Amino acid sequence: MGAAQTFTPIASRPAPEKLTGTLAWLRRNLFADWTSSIATLAIVGLFAWVLPGIVEWGLVHAVFRPDNEACREVAGTGACWGVIAEKYRLIIFGRYPFEQQWRPLIATLLMVTLLVASCTRPLWSKWLIVAWVVVLVVFFVLMRGGLFGLTPVETSRWGGLPLTMMLSTLGIACAFPLAILVALGRRSHLPAIRSLCIVYVELIRGVPLISVLFMASFMFPLFMPQGTQIDVLLRVFVGITLFAAAYLAEVVRGGLQAIPKGQVEAAASLGLSYWQTQRKIVLPQALRLVVPSIMNSFISTFKDTSLVTIVSLYDLTGSLALALGGDANWRQFYLEGYFFIAAIYWVGCFAMSRYSQWIERQLNVSNTR
Amino acid sequence: MSEEIIISFEKVNKWYGQFHVLRDIDLSVRKGERIVICGPSGSGKSTMIRCINRLEEHQEGVLKVDGVELSDDVKAIEAIRKNVGMVFQQFNLFPHLTVLENLTLAPMWVGKIPKKEAEERAMAQLNRVRIAEQAMKYPLQLSGGQQQRVAIARALCLTPKIMLFDEPTSALDPEMIKEVLDVMIELANLGITMLCVTHEMGFAKSVADRVIFMDQGQIIEQNTPHEFFNNPKSDRTRDFLSKILNH
Repeated sequence: MGAAQTFTPIASRPAPEKLTGTLAWLRRNLFADWTSSIATLAIVGLFAWVLPGIVEWGLVHAVFRPDNEACREVAGTGACWGVIAEKYRLIIFGRYPFEQQWRPLIATLLMVTLLVASCTRPLWSKWLIVAWVVVLVVFFVLMRGGLFGLTPVETSRWGGLPLTMMLSTLGIACAFPLAILVALGRRSHLPAIRSLCIVYVELIRGVPLISVLFMASFMFPLFMPQGTQIDVLLRVFVGITLFAAAYLAEVVRGGLQAIPKGQVEAAASLGLSYWQTQRKIVLPQALRLVVPSIMNSFISTFKDTSLVTIVSLYDLTGSLALALGGDANWRQFYLEGYFFIAAIYWVGCFAMSRYSQWIERQLNVSNTR
Repeated sequence: MSEEIIISFEKVNKWYGQFHVLRDIDLSVRKGERIVICGPSGSGKSTMIRCINRLEEHQEGVLKVDGVELSDDVKAIEAIRKNVGMVFQQFNLFPHLTVLENLTLAPMWVGKIPKKEAEERAMAQLNRVRIAEQAMKYPLQLSGGQQQRVAIARALCLTPKIMLFDEPTSALDPEMIKEVLDVMIELANLGITMLCVTHEMGFAKSVADRVIFMDQGQIIEQNTPHEFFNNPKSDRTRDFLSKILNH
């Protein structure tokens, strides 16, 4: 009670000096107390200890020219990046005929371009599917030849990056829809479908990829009638797809289980059929929940394709072994070669990982209040 | 209200495993009738109305909705569901779709109506529940009362003959219950057949043509609201009413 109070705003003033600036940031984040100070010093010490060695080996004493003599002189103290300059075509294209290597180059570039386009939202339309069909046809015509005056090249001579790209892209593209069907099948009310899906997942997940590939390439032909020939590349591709799909199916199933029963009931009460409900209500929600795990599976599949080496298909890793193993002069510089391969894989995986983060942000719009 | 029977239960029984959840349900609902179903939890009220659009299957007896007997015939069930709207306790809006998309989904995919027309219809329903300005928002951006009104509008978009309400206000804050009940009262005046499981006895008194009391899977008593509240016949009903009305 009494006289009404008058409101007098407090004038704004700058934050105190000790709360802003680099020094304050350092103190707050790196040297807040004695444990974080020790951790900071330990990590800086580790870098100071390791980095100079890496820089000396990789840059200072390294040889960048494809000069075998120079490379041998610095062996042990400096890297020989010259081996890549010397062998890159063999590493990237494997045993593909040397003078024809423009064909896999164009085929791979086309596929990479379309992959990037497919990841760009404004370009998502029906034309993208058409583009994929066209590019796949062009890819195989270029790689295989035998048409338009192109010299035929057997699939056993395909190798390197085009093979890795093809196996992982098509493997993932085919495994994903299959995985969704299997995941839905495992939750089906029809016992026959459910058992089939469970047997499939448990069987494939229970064995290593290597054994699947062995079976696809060596055992499978034994069971085929005489005279039937299925290309080994196709068999291996099917093996990779089935293997990846089994894992992906479980990832997708995890997402499906997180969708409340009420969502399906609401869809049913509106008269939506089973497939409409899955497509419009359940899957869009379930898949966005498991984007990180899906990308995890994609990345594994991408790297798992390197295992086809053991059934004599020369993907990137295989063609590296081929490129260096057959040449006594350069054989000892395999470490640098593996760095090169690792860099290629890393760029692919890192791009996939960033893309998955972007997708997650795009899909989370409806969950932000 | 006409004399035409739109829903009929004849000796309907249902079990969850060994648990006998619906016991010899006999019930006829006339076209345009407004029925409130009450009873303690676990009495089978929700199960009973969920049988009407076959979210639950009954195992014995005959259940006819709009002239069609409910059986395993998937096409018949989908046809019935087009004519039966349902509102749930937990709203069950689709969180990945905007309010407008929630409303147009079924008309476009089930009713095969062009998008533009479905949107016009949806906006008309949103206007009816007084929430048209939220059409472009996502469900989780709305309050509970707003979400439930959207859910009612969504169910109305297929112009159903029957509306089922399964405890539509039980998950709401007291302040929001009124805005939802107001919308339901307006609907009641449209002549649509309504079955509503609720504990809102005020709503029952002002709107219902008939109140049904259930316990242990049975219909114990059914009567006009006036008779039901002032002159309950069964002592079980009297006991229940004394518990929910006197606090």
